[in-house]
Amino acid sequence: MTAATATRAGLVTRWSHLLAPVVLFGLLIAAWQLVVELADLPAFLLPSPAAIVDEFTAFWPTISGAAVVTGTNALVGLVAGALVGIAGAVVAASSRIVDALLAPLVAGLAVVPIVALAPVLYTMYGASAETGRQIVVAVAVAVPVFVNTLRGLRQVRPVHRDLMRALGATPRQVTRQVTVPTALPFVLTGLRLASSLAVISAIVAEYFGGPRTGIGSFITTAAAGSNYARAWAYVLGGVLVGLLFYLATSALERWGVPGPRRR
Amino acid sequence: MTTESLPAAAVHVDGVAREFGAVTALSGVDLTVAAGEFVSLIGPSGCGKSTLLRLIADLDRPTAGSIQVFGRSTEQARLAHDYGIAFQQAGLLPWRTVRANIELPLSLHGVGRAGRRERATEMLDLVGLTEFADHFPDQLSGGMQQRVAIARALAERPSLLLMDEPFGALDEMTRERLQSELVRICAETRAAVVFVTHSIPEAVFLSDRVVVMSPRPGRIAEVVDVRLGDGSRNDALREDRAYFEAVTAVREALHGGAATGLRGVETR
Repeated sequence: MTAATATRAGLVTRWSHLLAPVVLFGLLIAAWQLVVELADLPAFLLPSPAAIVDEFTAFWPTISGAAVVTGTNALVGLVAGALVGIAGAVVAASSRIVDALLAPLVAGLAVVPIVALAPVLYTMYGASAETGRQIVVAVAVAVPVFVNTLRGLRQVRPVHRDLMRALGATPRQVTRQVTVPTALPFVLTGLRLASSLAVISAIVAEYFGGPRTGIGSFITTAAAGSNYARAWAYVLGGVLVGLLFYLATSALERWGVPGPRRR
Repeated sequence: MTTESLPAAAVHVDGVAREFGAVTALSGVDLTVAAGEFVSLIGPSGCGKSTLLRLIADLDRPTAGSIQVFGRSTEQARLAHDYGIAFQQAGLLPWRTVRANIELPLSLHGVGRAGRRERATEMLDLVGLTEFADHFPDQLSGGMQQRVAIARALAERPSLLLMDEPFGALDEMTRERLQSELVRICAETRAAVVFVTHSIPEAVFLSDRVVVMSPRPGRIAEVVDVRLGDGSRNDALREDRAYFEAVTAVREALHGGAATGLRGVETR
């Protein structure tokens, strides 16, 4: 009986945890609508949520198509950048010299506004290719993945290292049994942080030219054509792509970790 | 100091020194541990007792002298899984269950699933943790984690057990219980033990011989023969006159060895 009560109490807390932000979000949207209507704000200043939703439904085929293009760019860049970041971290963790060589480079990459490279890359890869955008995303993603993975690889405890040596474990067994499980939560956290960055970079890279195919391109087009509510509708499309990436990598972070650290 | 070189000796240390840069951690150490013998290394912090244990385990190499484990080099002995080891920190893998932690040495060395399972079940029973087999280490108390670590060290039936202050971080009551358990386990497995400790009563209760070490440079000051109560140790021994005499003998050896360096020795 107590267990059932506890479960019910737990369910209630879980629902209230889920519900509270939804209610808050709804209230904010309502307040937005109210402010726009009461103050009679011009559309270029702030269009009303209702107008944005109208545009969103009317242009859904274009928005969804653009979202797929931007999402694909972000995904390709995320995967490529993550692979580069993880590989770099593995090499840096195993060699002090490589670590010393890579550290300033990564610090530099973290400071350079990567999207500024977009126009250069467009001329390199041609005006109709998405490659430049994917490279921008990959470079932006590689940095947090590298930093987090390297930190994770350095978390291996001396007592575990001694134990594996005492047990005469092969380097491969040490990697499989100790290094990877120790570093994995850090890698997955890096991926989650990088996922938002991937979508942002993919959209912003489109602001600087290239083929007019993705969310970012359509936002600039709509804004330039004074279709403010439509520009916001495309922003909404971008938000959905970002949300999808965030939720997917959060789930990976939560379920990709072995043992009791789950949940 | 024993220097006789029996072929069956579990550990034979011959003129070993270990220097870390300008610091001499160990110098001129000779020690022989017979098969099935329980030997404690005791001394103040910085006397090199843990260093000596790490050298025997081939986790570190001596700068002079040689060490043999069952007549082989320490590296051969390590790769042949001649010894089991337990550290001050339990060092369990937090992503493995208790059972899987005990099975770790077996699975690394290619023992089949059924064999692993059977042995882990035996070990769980030995350390009294059968009902916690499917728990994760973080769900266990410090004493229970240390018992899992001992079970893991014993999983491959080693004839030598190396223990580096395994009970150092535990409260006194848990500690005494685990000491009694260790005595029982050693009687069952007949393994030789090299046991590093800070505690005089612990060393005396557990050991056949207590090796008293002194610092700067780390060396063996004296070896106290204990061999209490014909091998059958129990808690009554802790109140025995011979026990107190041995405690006194070890304490005097510690004081005589280094009048200045007694910090870190528990005399409780």
